[in-house]
Amino acid sequence: MIEVADLDVTFRNGGRPIHAVRGVSFAVARGETFGIVGESGSGKSTVLKAIAGLVPATARMLTIDGRAASQRRSREERRLMQFVFQDPYASLHPRQTVDDILREPLIIHGISGVDEKVRNALSEVGLLTQHRFRYPHQLSGGQRQRVAIARALILKPPILLLDEPTSALDVSVQAEILNLLSRLRQSYSLTSILVSHDLAVVAHLCSRIAIMQLGKLVEVIAAADLRSGKAGEDYTRQLILASRGFTRAGF
Amino acid sequence: MSETLLEVEDLNVSFPGRSQVTHAVRNASFTLGRERLGIVGESGSGKSTTGRALLGLIPHPGIVTARKMEFAGIDLTSRSEADWQRLRGRRMSMVMQDPKYSLNPVMQAGRQIGETCRLHLGSDTRDARRRSLAMLEAVKIRDPELVYHLYPHQLSGGMGQRVMIAMMLVAEPDFLIADEPTSALDVTVQNEVLRILDDLVRDRGMGLIFISHNLTVVSSFCDRVLIMYGGRIVEECNASDLQNASHPYTRALIAAAPSLDETRRELATVTRDPEWLK
Repeated sequence: MIEVADLDVTFRNGGRPIHAVRGVSFAVARGETFGIVGESGSGKSTVLKAIAGLVPATARMLTIDGRAASQRRSREERRLMQFVFQDPYASLHPRQTVDDILREPLIIHGISGVDEKVRNALSEVGLLTQHRFRYPHQLSGGQRQRVAIARALILKPPILLLDEPTSALDVSVQAEILNLLSRLRQSYSLTSILVSHDLAVVAHLCSRIAIMQLGKLVEVIAAADLRSGKAGEDYTRQLILASRGFTRAGF
Repeated sequence: MSETLLEVEDLNVSFPGRSQVTHAVRNASFTLGRERLGIVGESGSGKSTTGRALLGLIPHPGIVTARKMEFAGIDLTSRSEADWQRLRGRRMSMVMQDPKYSLNPVMQAGRQIGETCRLHLGSDTRDARRRSLAMLEAVKIRDPELVYHLYPHQLSGGMGQRVMIAMMLVAEPDFLIADEPTSALDVTVQNEVLRILDDLVRDRGMGLIFISHNLTVVSSFCDRVLIMYGGRIVEECNASDLQNASHPYTRALIAAAPSLDETRRELATVTRDPEWLK
């Protein structure tokens, strides 16, 4: 469904080029949930943004649903994938009601039956009718992230890109959102990429996981191997050990 | 637990609002020895407010009352701002979550540590500098001379947090509160910072209150754990026994967190019982 080969992203900060992603290659099968983990600055979010066409990137190959993706995406290409961002406090417009927020993508893409679609999208993510005309500040963090997910799914995209969707949430709310995501990916047969710094979250939702460090892809590992600690690279082993809690001994 | 350093009985913190009073902490009682005590809970559970109340940092119009709040024989319930100034920094200290927001952005890292020495230890400039460099070395900064002259924006997250720990520990307080000290850091760095904190607490025999939302970190790092919910301490247990906790809220929290050790199709969600608040 998504194929990436030798993806490179370079940012310019003043005169100094920053090579954020270096030669990253992977493929995501239809219906798969693919994970990307890494520490801050590893380039994991940048890979996701490059796939969505949100940052300028070069690649030997970047195909989405069998077609090469252009740098400037057409409306049809953009409809193929939607994005859910980390911080629901920052990614929803504070002066728009939930109704406005969910309506916008439908209007942009010229889709009819807006009223019914908004109502369905709300119930799909477990929000009530009474939430429809509220502003984001009148909702809890979990409810806001539900709105962000509803906004992403209202266009029924085949691909969902998730950038740290639960990192800003409490454990109990995170559990609700993770359950919602795993239910939705089945009912919508979604292909998705989940970026997170939390190994346990990624292993819970994904079958295969890419480990990134300093812009490079260290390895792609099966979730079962991640759990049992059967990693091919030292860095992955370090990451797994650190995620299991505090240890007195050094690495 | 050896001697008791801190004793708290029925601590209450409330914030009067326009129409109602918000009770952030309700009847919290606990003791702290020279040990590592963890406080866990979700946002709004009152864990940070408890820490702030112990340092007299509850802002107006917040009201702090306690039947007993005693630190090393000093009654903390009715202290003037001047008393607090003498205690804070010298006898008790607090490490905050994010060094980006809690270090002074226009002051070199070393000078910020030195400021503590000048204020609380009466150091002159030379002595403050010497102590700061020694403290930077104690928190495992490889090149203390270099880091001394750096500004906070030139430090990485892990280095910034070490500078903050250095600043809080240079006056050798007896009691330290660490409020989510590693939550803004990467996992591999998190472990390094925890190890430094652990060494210092052990070597200096300090009492540490470690506030965190992360059950894995708390259960592996602390000796004892308090679990807070809705401003109350709902359970207290040894950190090693956290997996066998008895309160339904603690059990639900553990079940809601995805774990590397087991595969679950559905994560348990927390069904809140109004009884827990009674």
